[in-house]
Amino acid sequence: MNIVNILEEIEKVDGEIYERLSPRRSAMKDFYSMGKKIALAAAPLALGSMFNKAYGQTLPTAVVATLNFALSLEYLEYHYYNHALVAAPTLTIPTGAPLAAITTIRDHELAHVNLLKGALGTSARSEITYAMTDFTAGGTFGDVYSNYLTFLKVALGFEDTGVRAYKGQATVLKGNAVLTTALQIHSVEARHASHIRQMLAANGASIKPWVSLGAGGISNDTGVPQVDAVYAGENLDVQAGVTITGINGNTGVTKAAAVECFDEPLDTASVVTIANLFLRTGFKL
Amino acid sequence: MKNNELKIKDELQEESLFNGSLGRRSFLQYAGVSAAGMALVAAGCKKDRGYPDMNAGATLDFKDDFGVLNYAYALEQLEAAFYVKVAAAPPAAFTTAQKAYFQDIQFHEVAHREFFKNALSTAAIGSLEVDFSSIDFTSATSVLGAAMAFEDLGVAAYNGAGVRIKTDAYLVLAGKIVSVEARHAAYIRDIISNGSFADLNSLTALGASNANGLDGALTPDKVLAIAGKYIKTKINVINL
Repeated sequence: MNIVNILEEIEKVDGEIYERLSPRRSAMKDFYSMGKKIALAAAPLALGSMFNKAYGQTLPTAVVATLNFALSLEYLEYHYYNHALVAAPTLTIPTGAPLAAITTIRDHELAHVNLLKGALGTSARSEITYAMTDFTAGGTFGDVYSNYLTFLKVALGFEDTGVRAYKGQATVLKGNAVLTTALQIHSVEARHASHIRQMLAANGASIKPWVSLGAGGISNDTGVPQVDAVYAGENLDVQAGVTITGINGNTGVTKAAAVECFDEPLDTASVVTIANLFLRTGFKL
Repeated sequence: MKNNELKIKDELQEESLFNGSLGRRSFLQYAGVSAAGMALVAAGCKKDRGYPDMNAGATLDFKDDFGVLNYAYALEQLEAAFYVKVAAAPPAAFTTAQKAYFQDIQFHEVAHREFFKNALSTAAIGSLEVDFSSIDFTSATSVLGAAMAFEDLGVAAYNGAGVRIKTDAYLVLAGKIVSVEARHAAYIRDIISNGSFADLNSLTALGASNANGLDGALTPDKVLAIAGKYIKTKINVINL
């Protein structure tokens, strides 16, 4: 590993790297004096620390865009649940476990909004208010705030979209400490999705806590054709060139099991298309 | 019936692994020695780092993505072994639906394990020997408690290891698996106590934060320290 080569590589994309580093000679000095004490394996960490000092808290543009994208989705989720809890008199969420669960989920979404806003600081996008949303999706889910089952179905669409959306952004955050935070949000969304699937099952829907193979082999396992876009490509059973169905002679790993055991990512454009269904004109992503 | 087939297949695979253990062990020795050599040179001082034990166990070398993938493979081996045992003889108190879903989870974890084995190919660590002596497989409470511990730990493990992954495809694959583990965790938690699917306050020891709505995330050393009680095989960790 040659630090000069690394600095030259950085200079290609940031002509001011030397200016950034030179007023901070103590950062460089720290790095060199550390070199004697630490193993080579730890050098990238020390290097990262040096660049953090040089660049301060500035996040790369692509990371900012991804976090703002995540923030948009969290605003949508938060308003969806919050409205149901505080301003939807025609919607009856049964008291007890169901109401407690929706409250827990709403609280998590609000925590995610605040966390992402805090991480972005002045780079955070403008707030999305409830007034900017349309959770009937232009009438597709007209009884979303008066029919508990419709409410749960759309909630599941949000959660399963959220899981896919975070997964789809992972490579943008690769190697960045922000990735860990995004993953910690991602798995909470998956826990929400699992629970809402169980709430739907408790109300008669034929649905598992995990995304399974839809009827007739289609990718949407919810039985709600209006949310097909949320599950596009979820019926994949080949991962990194390895066929999962019946893998290594395990006949118990059926196509359905193979589909269930890997959740698929969704690219930005597809997620934006879904999110925009729930945003009014003038406020779309 | 399908379950019996699986069990037989598993036994056959274990047998073939044992037959092939000589080749595997010599590969590990080779990989371990070269890694130890590198670490020694890099440290410039042999007091800083001991030689990994080459005589037994599996070596997880975190110098590259193969180390992270083998780490995931080790955890998936542990989970699969647990669920294969549960699905073969579920606690009497399990409902029909619970038995069916534990079958599902069994096949998910078997698929994860086999996927890593195939993807890692010759770089894969060997089969781990598990120790489930602390679990009462006839007790639903004991089995559910262990299942929850495995799933919550698995989620925290993937969340904590993601930042180490350098290859886009591997990072996405880890993401594809971790959300399924989180779905399992939520399901099992809800059986134990409905509504605890994402009780982040109960997961602070794994790095979760309820105030920030964050799930657990732990570094591999911490995960292995917790998982250690279920694994007999010695696991050597280097270049972490």
